[in-house]
Amino acid sequence: MEAEVRLDCSNQLCPMPIVRAKQEIMKMVAGQVLEIVATDPGFPSDVKAFCAATGNELLALEEAAGKFRAYVRKQAE
Amino acid sequence: MAKKMTIVLFSGELDRALAAFNVATTAASMGMEVTIFFTFWGLNAIRKQTSGRKASGWMRKMFNWMNRGGTRNLPLSKFDMVGVGRSMMKKVMKDSNLPSLEEMMSLAKELGVRFIACTTTIGMMGLGPEDFVSYVDEYAGAATYLGQAQQGVVNLFI
Repeated sequence: MEAEVRLDCSNQLCPMPIVRAKQEIMKMVAGQVLEIVATDPGFPSDVKAFCAATGNELLALEEAAGKFRAYVRKQAE
Repeated sequence: MAKKMTIVLFSGELDRALAAFNVATTAASMGMEVTIFFTFWGLNAIRKQTSGRKASGWMRKMFNWMNRGGTRNLPLSKFDMVGVGRSMMKKVMKDSNLPSLEEMMSLAKELGVRFIACTTTIGMMGLGPEDFVSYVDEYAGAATYLGQAQQGVVNLFI
């Protein structure tokens, strides 16, 4: 999947992947996609809740080789 | 309109303050308007290291000497062991790539979390605005907190 911005949160625990995702999304424009790589086992659930609360669209959530990869499309404010 | 959340930070321990700031930064990241009301021992998290030396009366002076402010002086609620446990916890947190309490507070401010300091406790302890870090947005009382809490969908007391 194509993403304009990539964020590597490997080896970071809650709340950092979500806080850093928010910081990146603030800098992006609506329609752009953020790819987040994370290893925190809580991340899949957290990123779903984050998208549900903020209205950003979770395009895909994958797991491979112990890493989670989420693709989030920024919604218009 | 953004959902609101409030936290009363009553406790003055490092682990409890970390829990408060973890939830506060996450909520702010999720688009919530977050207010933290610092009262009683919780004020120690936003007090300057050297605060309270000029308080009036020997009892207040002694109290502020024993009840030291500043993030570096916050003990753990368990296994602090006169600071040994605290140092170990900080080392383990660093090894786990977790931000320190100081970094969490700075993050919270960047994310727009509002800090309110309780004027009742400040008055009782003989402190003033000069004893607090610049993060404090407002010095106010319980009514101000409740004004926010009434609109809050999540209100925590830590």
